[in-house]
Amino acid sequence: MRVISFFSSLVLTVGLVYVLDTRTVVPVPMGKLLSPQEGIWQNADDEQSSNNESVKMADLKGKTEVYFDDRMVPHIFSDNERDAYFVQGYLHARFRLWQMEFQTHFIAGRLSEIVGDKALELDRKHRRMGIVSSAEKTLEMWKEDAEVNEMCTAYTDGINAYIRSLPESKLPVEYKLLGYRPEAWTNLKSVLFFKAMTMDLAGGDNDFEQTNLLRILGEKDFRMLFPESPDSLSPIIPKGIAFNQSADIPTLPSDADSVYFHRRDSIWFTEQFKPDPDNGSNNWVVSGTKTLSGKPILCNDPHLGLTLPAIWFEVHIKTPTSNAYGVSFPGLPGVVIGFNDHIAFGFTNAGRDMKDYFEIRFKDESKSEYWFEGAWKKSELRIEQINIKGSKPFMDTVAYTVFGPVIYDQSFQDRLKQNKAYALSWIAHRPSNPMRMWYQLNRATNFDDYLRALEHFNEPSQNILFASKTNDIAVKQEGNFPLRWEGQGQFVMPGFDSSYMWKGYIPRQDNPFVFNPEQGYISSANQRPVDSTYPYFIPGNYDMYRGISINRRLSAMSNITPQDMMKLQNDNYDVFAEQLRPILSRFVERSMLSTEANAYLRKLEEWDLNRTADAVGPTIFDHWVDSLSKAVFSDELERNQLPTMSPKDYILAQYLIRDSTSFKFIDDIHTPEKETLSGLLITTLEKAALQLKNLEQDGRLSWGKFKNTTIYHLLRTSMLPFARAGLQTGGGENIINATKHNHGPSWKMVIHLTTPTEAWGIYPGGQDGNPGSRYYDNAAEDWAKGSYYKLWVMKPEERNDARIKAKMIFQR
Amino acid sequence: MKLFISAGLTALASFAVGLFFPWWSLAIAAFLVAFFSKRTSLESFLSGFLGVFLLWSIMAWSISSCNDHILAHRMSQVIIKNDSPLLLVLLTGLAGGLCSGLAAWCGTGFRRLFKED
Repeated sequence: MRVISFFSSLVLTVGLVYVLDTRTVVPVPMGKLLSPQEGIWQNADDEQSSNNESVKMADLKGKTEVYFDDRMVPHIFSDNERDAYFVQGYLHARFRLWQMEFQTHFIAGRLSEIVGDKALELDRKHRRMGIVSSAEKTLEMWKEDAEVNEMCTAYTDGINAYIRSLPESKLPVEYKLLGYRPEAWTNLKSVLFFKAMTMDLAGGDNDFEQTNLLRILGEKDFRMLFPESPDSLSPIIPKGIAFNQSADIPTLPSDADSVYFHRRDSIWFTEQFKPDPDNGSNNWVVSGTKTLSGKPILCNDPHLGLTLPAIWFEVHIKTPTSNAYGVSFPGLPGVVIGFNDHIAFGFTNAGRDMKDYFEIRFKDESKSEYWFEGAWKKSELRIEQINIKGSKPFMDTVAYTVFGPVIYDQSFQDRLKQNKAYALSWIAHRPSNPMRMWYQLNRATNFDDYLRALEHFNEPSQNILFASKTNDIAVKQEGNFPLRWEGQGQFVMPGFDSSYMWKGYIPRQDNPFVFNPEQGYISSANQRPVDSTYPYFIPGNYDMYRGISINRRLSAMSNITPQDMMKLQNDNYDVFAEQLRPILSRFVERSMLSTEANAYLRKLEEWDLNRTADAVGPTIFDHWVDSLSKAVFSDELERNQLPTMSPKDYILAQYLIRDSTSFKFIDDIHTPEKETLSGLLITTLEKAALQLKNLEQDGRLSWGKFKNTTIYHLLRTSMLPFARAGLQTGGGENIINATKHNHGPSWKMVIHLTTPTEAWGIYPGGQDGNPGSRYYDNAAEDWAKGSYYKLWVMKPEERNDARIKAKMIFQR
Repeated sequence: MKLFISAGLTALASFAVGLFFPWWSLAIAAFLVAFFSKRTSLESFLSGFLGVFLLWSIMAWSISSCNDHILAHRMSQVIIKNDSPLLLVLLTGLAGGLCSGLAAWCGTGFRRLFKED
């Protein structure tokens, strides 16, 4: 009896321990997770304690002191270059380790290892894009550059030193919740992080949609709805500046008309997991002639997906050769956007088409041979093993052709039949050494240094903005751009003929560039960089209205102060609505509208065109214009149910303003009668009014409530308690303040190049990636309000300043 | 009174082994404390439960207080779908307490295989 009783209690105890220690019965190991000595409670940072620590390590060269200010920004003072980046790596890991590893797993196609088979299709796509193999090639290039190699290796060593010092109990909570451990960091992971940025910024294209559109619309209408150089463009390079052409345009292949421009084939699938087309940015600089102080002011706000932990980590690094302050990427050493004692630098995305697809015909399902230049050519096969949490590994075979890897074939995205496949040529496949550029920019003292730094930057192409204390300002759209014949790469290209391949790059000296322009300011906002006089063919996904707004405002300003620039970054004025609203007002027949629609129309007309959080005008305008745009275009564009895309907002505005009544797309091709603009405006406003009424009943008619700006945790909706939801913000698409639901200014910076430098900045989040820290999202509210923090370029002699909250010393 | 002494002993032993070994070492600590004490099964379970329930709850609560409950607010929504640091603390105590209570019961049962108390 006693034996039975003992054994039953033993089984119960062991059973309970098993349940609470593993994930087999309940989804999380409650005992392990809740143990105050090793579980999540260990991640609850003591708000009172300070980080006074001393780290001794044999692989340090000298001494580095780190002072954390009241926003947890580390000020790193190092007596040698190598240790500075070691410490930066150590600190990135300390505050952002989980994020760094997650983002590099994401781009390397390894998310399934962590989250299971729900990430398999995404992982397959990233593997098939050839990201890892191109990262390996890029790493070789970084290795050959002694300073870059030392910087990256020191950075990696710093991360790994932190990982080694990390007891199980202090693992970031995400590891504890998902049940895995960090692996060692490598230089390859830094390259992978960089490739993730290329993915975000130069990983988008619409070749498949455009191929379908060309077929549906014909060439003339396609050019009308998707023009290269639209009328209202306000380019980065001021109009009137002459361009050089030092390379010949490649000749159009002789059969381009029949096999390329007039192909009759359709593409039935839609690409999954495309980067957000809104990824972009604003930057501008005003020269001393336009400022109150007589010194330039440089401003930058990169628009990216808003996440917690944030994409950026603020840092100040002082070494014997550099005193750089700004934001860094957890994953890369150095300061990416910022300033030093002499200059400031900022980035916006060039948005040019850097990705082309080639249609491949395989001989058979083995994918080992494809038709090229009149013969069967061998492809290289790379086997990708994707490990999946909770199931067997998935093996994928990726064929590499002369163009690049084949992403889509009969085994991936299942609609492709008859051995048809699409290979990808992508700028990210070519090695590049951006770390060399950043290394030099962090140390640049003048305009020549800036130009020399840019020589090393190949991709993802950027508008790189510059200002110096000696009153020089400049921007260059820098990168390697394929030298294209007119129309090349806008549509899927034939893969059997080498004459369709990329043939070299536009010479770097012909890249759009301006230095100290007479107008006294330069701006870029992802618009087409140049007007139609530029000699090269440069397709892209360009923005329109932010550029117009910024240039309009800057040209009218004088005696500018940094506060004016902050106001401009938070400007909510809507130029698109300014252009389109008068047309809507003029052509809508009020007498035909319901009382409700009329009430919304009145509210729209009373709106002051600023997209503030409390305005209702933007919500009404967007619903009406969405419905109108669909009514105008979808009958034509969607008539064959092929995947396509809509023309940009400015196209609708341009044609409704220019030929309000005769714009041919107004007619619905599915009805016998001829529709008019007035008629469409009534039906679309009535349709919008129904949606608006529902929103109003839910209390979500105001722009801020409707938009509901939310900063998600990187695990998105599966980790909502770690998100910051419902921030009330103004701005939006087409607006200088580009804050949308989950996208917008990921860092706002204003640098006044006085001596000493005055600088302000803020990003939506906080320095610490730990959801158990006050510094996890401490800046979110101020960011939403449009406030800034004064950036403190700490001097070594200020080490006793009251702002210092903690200190760390690193030495051998 | 004896009950509280056992509970205190269990808590102390659990805390000590927790410094060096995984969380479930508390079960071994509770088992041993019970094995060396003269108790009924029910007394053992109660003292084992109480000891670690209090240990874990108090530790969790004090850590969380120093953190202004920032983590507990977020984690309670993840784990119990409810924004309540207190509930998360009690769940913590319950998880540890149950393991400890069962292990103590087990320890007494083991003792009885050898000794007639």
